[in-house]
Amino acid sequence: MPTPSPRVAPPSDDKRWRLVEATMRRYNFAPAALIETLHTTQESFGFLEPESLLFVARSLGLPLSRVLGVATFYNYFSMKPQGEHTCVICLGTACYIKGSGQLLAQVEQELGIKVGETTPDGKVSLMGARCIGSCGLAPAGVFDGQVAGKMASATMLAQVANWRAA
Amino acid sequence: MTPEELNQAAEREATASTVHDHVVGVCTSTACLASHSDKLKKEFDAAVKAKGLKNVRVKAVGCCGLCASGPMVYVESKANGSSEAATRTYANVASEHVPAVVESLGAAPVAALACDTTQPFFTRQHKIVLESSGVVDPERIEDSFVVGGYQALLKALTTMTPEEVVDTITRSGLRGRGGGGFPTGLKWSTVSKAVGDRKYVICNGDEGDPGAFMDRSVMESDPHRVLEGMAIAGYAVGATEGYLYVRAEYPLAVKRLKLAIKQAERAGLLGANIGGTFFSFKVDVRLGAGAFVCGEETALIASIEGRRGSPRPRPPYPAASGLWGFPTLINNVETFANIAPIVKNGAEWYAALGSGKSQGTKVFALTGKVLNTGLIEVPMGITLREIVYDIGGGPLPGHTIKAVQTGGPSGGCIPEAYLDQPVEYETLVKLGSIMGSGGLIAMDDTSCMVDVARYFMEFCMTESCGKCVPCRVGTVEMHALLTKICEGQATMTDLEQLEELCEVVKSTSLCGLGQTAPSPVISTLRYFRDEYIAHIEHKTCPAGVCSGLKSGAVKAQEVLA
Repeated sequence: MPTPSPRVAPPSDDKRWRLVEATMRRYNFAPAALIETLHTTQESFGFLEPESLLFVARSLGLPLSRVLGVATFYNYFSMKPQGEHTCVICLGTACYIKGSGQLLAQVEQELGIKVGETTPDGKVSLMGARCIGSCGLAPAGVFDGQVAGKMASATMLAQVANWRAA
Repeated sequence: MTPEELNQAAEREATASTVHDHVVGVCTSTACLASHSDKLKKEFDAAVKAKGLKNVRVKAVGCCGLCASGPMVYVESKANGSSEAATRTYANVASEHVPAVVESLGAAPVAALACDTTQPFFTRQHKIVLESSGVVDPERIEDSFVVGGYQALLKALTTMTPEEVVDTITRSGLRGRGGGGFPTGLKWSTVSKAVGDRKYVICNGDEGDPGAFMDRSVMESDPHRVLEGMAIAGYAVGATEGYLYVRAEYPLAVKRLKLAIKQAERAGLLGANIGGTFFSFKVDVRLGAGAFVCGEETALIASIEGRRGSPRPRPPYPAASGLWGFPTLINNVETFANIAPIVKNGAEWYAALGSGKSQGTKVFALTGKVLNTGLIEVPMGITLREIVYDIGGGPLPGHTIKAVQTGGPSGGCIPEAYLDQPVEYETLVKLGSIMGSGGLIAMDDTSCMVDVARYFMEFCMTESCGKCVPCRVGTVEMHALLTKICEGQATMTDLEQLEELCEVVKSTSLCGLGQTAPSPVISTLRYFRDEYIAHIEHKTCPAGVCSGLKSGAVKAQEVLA
């Protein structure tokens, strides 16, 4: 069977589109590849832009509404660019019982933003997680991809303040 | 790989390991990785290399269980000439301890780091699912061979008929470990009898319950065990393709599963003509994308098909019409992890464990306000008190345990007075909770039960997929009422309304998410009604959690200090 070629040209000559195309090719451009493709797109570009969604929709032969529907249904997909640094506070039950709700409130106050937002200077994005599965280390968080356990309020606020000052 | 070749591979690996007098196992599961155990492993490597120790193997292993004391390290040493190995376990190991641990090989242990493995946390457990977790290197299939990996698969393929496999699982009494407790053998036999051109096996690794990390640990620590279980299931029900649906939030599990699949395919234990037989089975990993509802089987199937994870009414059940409309077997990670030992040791061996209608063991993620938090596996029938007080080490100093929460957002809170009840599916349901997937969260006098109920309702409200009205609207309304109570704005009429809504949402929602969303409220109302009344009538929060209200007998705890 010949390898199917992409039906549509990528929006730009950015090399990252090749990764996205590679994922779709692996699944023979089948509509079922949608979620996997969105994962690759977000991994490559950091978030999902309207032009990305349009490209994926056309490549997989899906209506844009379906692609947008999936992209907005799942929490993991983000349509907004992330800040330079990301701070994720776990709000799973174990962490919540150990006070992560208060920790989140303190960071919100320190940064002057709400959970899910990015500071106006684009430095820090603050997110809450459903459960990162590090319950043995509650309260836990993820700072720039590094899991931190048994978080104390002081060290956490210092970390966030450092990011902003840098 | 034929059974003989598998035995030879296992022997080769075992012989190769005899040159090592000492094995240093460093836990590289998520919890310990968070304390930089990957760096620690490299430092051990470097230290052993620098000293030119040829008889020491440093090995990355999966979860050792006591996550709260990570990074965990164990040293297995053989006394001169003896084949018996003695094990030392170390907790809270840091970089500066590496030289001392390496120095101590063959000498007295490092006392300062020693972790007492005679404490109930270790001795009261009974490991079947986790027997190889923390022992094998999850990234090397040869390590699995030594502990009997894939023996059960080849045994099933070469000595049993598919019907015999289904019969073995049925007689073992194994029930779905995802929480529902549906008899696994019955599910398998339904799928095996279903008619379809193709059949699928799906492993549900979308562990969405907040406060639960059992499946993650199994997938990260012993991925081959899960794959073996799926392949046996494929043989039993007549499927040739399997999907492992894993949360995108578990990147390490995804990485190790993908690697494990490649290794198994190369060894001829997955893919075409497994073990030289006519049976072929391939497994593919599919990523979730952060939707709790995808743990529901029909929503999960929709997600694998690349659509929004919305459930659909059942019947038809996936066993009759599942993925792409074909008969599909869906089981949870832990269920699949139980399969290989059952096939290897026989149904009777498994059925002898446990009590009542609950056989075998159950893995729990023990967390919350207890001294020892971590991953445990206990025989069914053990009492909750033994779990919390013996294994968990009891409450934090100066506090008392108030309740235990099982089953996550679909479960309930069991008060201290009922902790002597055994862990069995039926008993937990009678107590107003469920077995659940295995989250077990201890709460003490600083936890407000109304706030806990509100927390779970917030979760269900956000995670409701929005397809059916009772769940979409009901959870929002119940959350608003609970918030009102927490803020001291509610009246007794609100409480009545809340109870009525609980019933409506429970009995009219489309899928399990909505049907069980009121459970945390119903169970806390059943056992802790006085706390609700205190919030409403006396504007007091007995635990001192709800801000804006007077705190009761207990002062607000400085949790963060």
